[in-house]
Amino acid sequence: MDSVPAIVFKGVSKGFDAAGAGVKAVDGLDIGVASGKVTGLIGPDGAGKTTLMRLAAGLLVPDEGVIQVLGIDVVRHPLEVQSSIGYMPQRFGLYEDLTVQENLDLYADLQAVARADRQPRYRELMQMTGLAPFKRRLAGRLSGGMKQKLGLACTLVRPPRLLLLDEATVGVDPVSRRELWSIVYRQVRERGMTVLLSTAYLDEASRCESLILMHQGKCLGQGSPRSFSEPMRGRVFRVSTSSLGRRSLQGRLSAEPGILDAIIEGEQVRVVTRASGDMAFAGQLSDVDDLRVAPAEPIFEDAFISMLKRDEATAARTVPGRRKETPGSVPDTGEVIEVRDLQRRFGDFYAVRGVTFSVRRGEIFGLLGANGAGKTTTFRMLCGLLPVSDGVVRVAGLDLRRAAARARGRLGYMAQRFSLYENLTVAENLRFFASAYGLSRARRRERIAWALEAFELDTYAGASSGELPQGYKQRLSMAAALIHEPDILFLDEPTSGVDPLARREFWQRINALAETGVTVLVTTHFMDEANYCDRLVIMAEGEVLAEGTPADMKARFRSPAQPDPTMEDAFIGLIEQHEQEREGVA
Amino acid sequence: MKASAGSRMRLCGMIRKESLQILRDPSSIAIAFVMPLVLLLLFGYGVSLDAKHIPLAIVVEQPDATSTSLTGAFRRSDYFTPRNFDSIQAAQQALDAHEVYGIVWLRSDFSRHLLARGDARIGVVLNGVDANQARITAGYIQGVWQAWLLGYAQTQGVEFRVPVRLEPRIWFNAAVRSRDFLVPGLIAVIMTLIGAMLTSMVVAREWERGTMEALMVTPIRIGEILVGKLVPYFVLGMGGMLQSVGMALWLFDVPLRGSFWALSAASALFMMVALGMGLLISTVARSQFVAGQISIVVTFLPAFILSGFIFQIGSMPEPIQLVTHLIPARYFVAISQTLFLAGNIWPIVLSNSAALLVMMLIFLGLARRNARKRLD
Amino acid sequence: MEALRRIVALAAKELLVILKDKKSRFVLIAPPIVQLIVFGYAATFDLNDIPFAVYNQDRGAASRELIARVAGSPHFHRLADLDHEQQIAPLLDNKEVLMVMRLGPRFSADLQRKRNAQAQLLIDGRNSNTALLALGYLRTIVADFNADWAKQNGLPGPPAQLQVRPWFNASLLSSWFVVPGIVGLLTLVITTIVTALSVAREREAGTFDQLLVTPLRPIEILIGKSVPGILIGLVEGSFILLMTVYWFEVPLRGSIGALYLGMSLFLLSAVGIGLMISSLAVTQQQGILGAFLFLVPSVLLSGFATPISNMPEVVQYITLASPLRYFLVIIRGVFLEGDSYALLFDQYWPMAIIGAVNLTLAGWLFRHRMSY
Repeated sequence: MDSVPAIVFKGVSKGFDAAGAGVKAVDGLDIGVASGKVTGLIGPDGAGKTTLMRLAAGLLVPDEGVIQVLGIDVVRHPLEVQSSIGYMPQRFGLYEDLTVQENLDLYADLQAVARADRQPRYRELMQMTGLAPFKRRLAGRLSGGMKQKLGLACTLVRPPRLLLLDEATVGVDPVSRRELWSIVYRQVRERGMTVLLSTAYLDEASRCESLILMHQGKCLGQGSPRSFSEPMRGRVFRVSTSSLGRRSLQGRLSAEPGILDAIIEGEQVRVVTRASGDMAFAGQLSDVDDLRVAPAEPIFEDAFISMLKRDEATAARTVPGRRKETPGSVPDTGEVIEVRDLQRRFGDFYAVRGVTFSVRRGEIFGLLGANGAGKTTTFRMLCGLLPVSDGVVRVAGLDLRRAAARARGRLGYMAQRFSLYENLTVAENLRFFASAYGLSRARRRERIAWALEAFELDTYAGASSGELPQGYKQRLSMAAALIHEPDILFLDEPTSGVDPLARREFWQRINALAETGVTVLVTTHFMDEANYCDRLVIMAEGEVLAEGTPADMKARFRSPAQPDPTMEDAFIGLIEQHEQEREGVA
Repeated sequence: MKASAGSRMRLCGMIRKESLQILRDPSSIAIAFVMPLVLLLLFGYGVSLDAKHIPLAIVVEQPDATSTSLTGAFRRSDYFTPRNFDSIQAAQQALDAHEVYGIVWLRSDFSRHLLARGDARIGVVLNGVDANQARITAGYIQGVWQAWLLGYAQTQGVEFRVPVRLEPRIWFNAAVRSRDFLVPGLIAVIMTLIGAMLTSMVVAREWERGTMEALMVTPIRIGEILVGKLVPYFVLGMGGMLQSVGMALWLFDVPLRGSFWALSAASALFMMVALGMGLLISTVARSQFVAGQISIVVTFLPAFILSGFIFQIGSMPEPIQLVTHLIPARYFVAISQTLFLAGNIWPIVLSNSAALLVMMLIFLGLARRNARKRLD
Repeated sequence: MEALRRIVALAAKELLVILKDKKSRFVLIAPPIVQLIVFGYAATFDLNDIPFAVYNQDRGAASRELIARVAGSPHFHRLADLDHEQQIAPLLDNKEVLMVMRLGPRFSADLQRKRNAQAQLLIDGRNSNTALLALGYLRTIVADFNADWAKQNGLPGPPAQLQVRPWFNASLLSSWFVVPGIVGLLTLVITTIVTALSVAREREAGTFDQLLVTPLRPIEILIGKSVPGILIGLVEGSFILLMTVYWFEVPLRGSIGALYLGMSLFLLSAVGIGLMISSLAVTQQQGILGAFLFLVPSVLLSGFATPISNMPEVVQYITLASPLRYFLVIIRGVFLEGDSYALLFDQYWPMAIIGAVNLTLAGWLFRHRMSY
């Protein structure tokens, strides 16, 4: 129906010769993006999504091939293309020292929007984004979600015919994420805009009308979400049992040769088999009592995993061999982390106020919340990186204010982004951290050998850690955090910016660790990851909104309209409740 | 027609945005005003070549009227703070311990030789470690000595003749105040750094904050981005320049003998060169850290040492002399020292301005060529 | 014991990080060499081949003799002979010559008649230092001429003569003064920057948190971070010392031990400053800015380029806080004056005090900023 595709790539390649000489970010790509639709660009980290966007926007010149955008050759006439498209990069460059209105004015000037047309357009955008009350506020003072909405408003100030969104929702809390989506869809509906967006959230993929799946600079497939998930029918099952922990069940299932992927989904385990209708795994698990297996509706994620996992090696070695702690070294029943009435002030602003919870040994405990909810502040106080203003924090039975160094010797810490010495090799990093934790020479050698083996880093031991592939960097961070066999592992948004495949592998390791008795405290903004936690707290504005198991949280929001709420539904529900209560008070 | 209207709108938008940012973000204002203020104060007071109150040992082995008269001549001079010693050994110890800077040694037979035989010799010993200081001091001692000798001959009724007498006239700076030439030179050195830093850092800031990518995908042309940056920072830089000139005139009391307008015009040209350097740096540096460092390295040190503002270019080794032609501060130092101290000497002002104009075109041209609306 | 192991590990890691990074290796190697060349060769007050012009209205041999003596000096270069008064001003104005020597029509006659002959000298005073130096050279030439003339004509010479002897640097070479100073300048710059950035670099890369969660105590981190700065400063300082002695051929007259004692004290105070900046700076940019804010005044007020005694009195008191001030006296003293420990004692103790104060402050700031 749609006459001309909005974007056409023909045999496009683009390489960067920076590191690793001649890596092709985009490799002989042929795609077409239909007009008047929302097309999603999906792929693991480094698949070439951002490069594709930049090529389409005329910010990069391809090494070979032809790119046509809205029927114009981008390479020859970048300015013409740029005056009829809108592009929102990953981190939209708002001028933080300009106000909301001034940012809009600037982009209106740059896009040469006629003065007469401005006021109505501003009104419309302000109403859509809900930014009207904040027109005079500096952009730097807006919350993360509002910034992103303002960025979108700036991009839309002169309605473009084609809108490119590069991971526009990364790091945005679920509430703002939904609002952004509704603005985008409204543009498509009302103005017939074409939208190409890339995303790391696989659940967002299913909202697109058409998908392009990219991997290593190539297009693996293009079509509607259904056209991806439909072939998976008969390969997806939900498995549950009452006789075995879900984590053990998942461990057993992933070891099955017929099973491609097994993840924890609520109290059940979702399984993707290698062959359609292959139920052989059920027979293998006949020793498990009360094993229930039911076919499940396939979703895009299943297809994504099965298409990408084919060429990856089999999943990570499951157990990162840590000797089982003999019970008694830490009182087994005891609470390993105890937080009572924790406060943190910055000036007269309370970043954290009256937070209380406790974590038991061997538990995976989650801290969830939107940006600025206070979860990172809480987290940093727990690992001794930030002084406590008031309240009690006991970690491994030690008061952090007194026995800081000793307490620190018992915990492992993995930061949000890769934070090891990039120009040191893998082995040098491990050696340094082993020494920093005071391991003796013999013990050091033993633990480094263990780390290289368990995390499959042997082949990279001599490589600069900054040049490792993303997944390996994460493994190295974890190896460094575990080098001294800590009792407690702190993980601060460990999977942000990590593609879905690596995330799975990572959680597999964490599960195995927890099985050996290590306590894990984790913050995340991926709601689906909350399912991996035994218990969690949800925070907003420095306070705890709810505490409990994932199932408890979801159960609270079960209703006829929402018979099977996701963690994200529960989260949004809690935040809305909280806001209503606050307005009620005010 | 429509295109030019759009272009004007984009340019105005850019300029308005930059101006608002300047007003909101104190860092540009700090670079333009506080930095030159601090640097000029520091260098204006810290760098001085005028020796005054030099501690001088005067060894008088046999005090009498003649030696007292000579000692008095040194005492009356502003350049010296004499201390009397009665043996050369004691004076040498003081010299070793850096208590005095030089020794004037009147031997016991000084008066006798002076009066009777007319072949008295005075030994002068200087600490030669700082060669420049030693030369200047030697000159001062010579001056005091000669004046004393003439006066002495007159009082004694001795007709005493020097075959050739040197009559020096120091033009433009009769009082030989080093500050008068250091401050105008310093303005050139400091403003090179300021100009280059202003533009290189603001462009780098756009890269760092990710605003550049958003800017590039709008229909704005690269030339418009560059002009949009140049105009507001030119105004800001000229403000800093004006402040420096004001400080030179009223704080450091440097005379301005040439035309203020010629100085302003040359300053404007020089500011464009410095801003152009900054833009050129910005095409290479994409973080404020790197931009700031490159600016310091390529502007400050070379301008300080190689611009001729303090060290005579003609006395440097040939290859280094060639290098100095690439230093824009060199041309502005010549203009500013001339306009401040000597007046409107057009051949100097114009020829150096022409050099600055060429440099400006080169820097801006290179910046325009190297800056592409591309990310790679 | 465990603490020592941790410190050694940290110091070794710091060195490894600095030396493995191409950029920081470059920063450690290139600027010192460039600065050594630029300062060693270009930063000179010595005058060579200064252009001058002659306006000689006299026809006598005496005037030609005097002019020939000036032109024959390596300091001066005779650029032009003038024949009009009006030609003088443009030459000087346009900086084509630094000075014009003008001999009146009666010069030789006056000289023969034993009257005072006058030689007028017009000097461009825009750079007053250069003007004074040129005048000094010329005075010497004229004095020599006078003495010779008196001798040839059997005239009584002046009743007394000055005999100036500069000690320690008999031929008054600028480079003997400047080059040893670079040892101090560069060790200060390198050591301060290396330590000032060491924490900021980790803060930016996010590795500092990773370091803080290890059992390393603040004081251990402090020590581990200062070792590389001191080591690099020592190596770099020694390299420049060798260059000074063997390339620039500046005589080394005093005791090496006295020099290294001074260098050690000096490095301690530099490291203290670096660590203070380090504990305050969150980003490397702030670190650089802090280092710059410290380095520029402390170099300027150290007597590196111009004598401290020329500064206003208030400023002279401020210079007492600059460690470089003391070290420059030590290094120049050891090189040129042959000083030994006793003579330098007055330089050692202020540096020791500055070092102790800096390190204590750094330690306090460090603990304060990290709180735990």
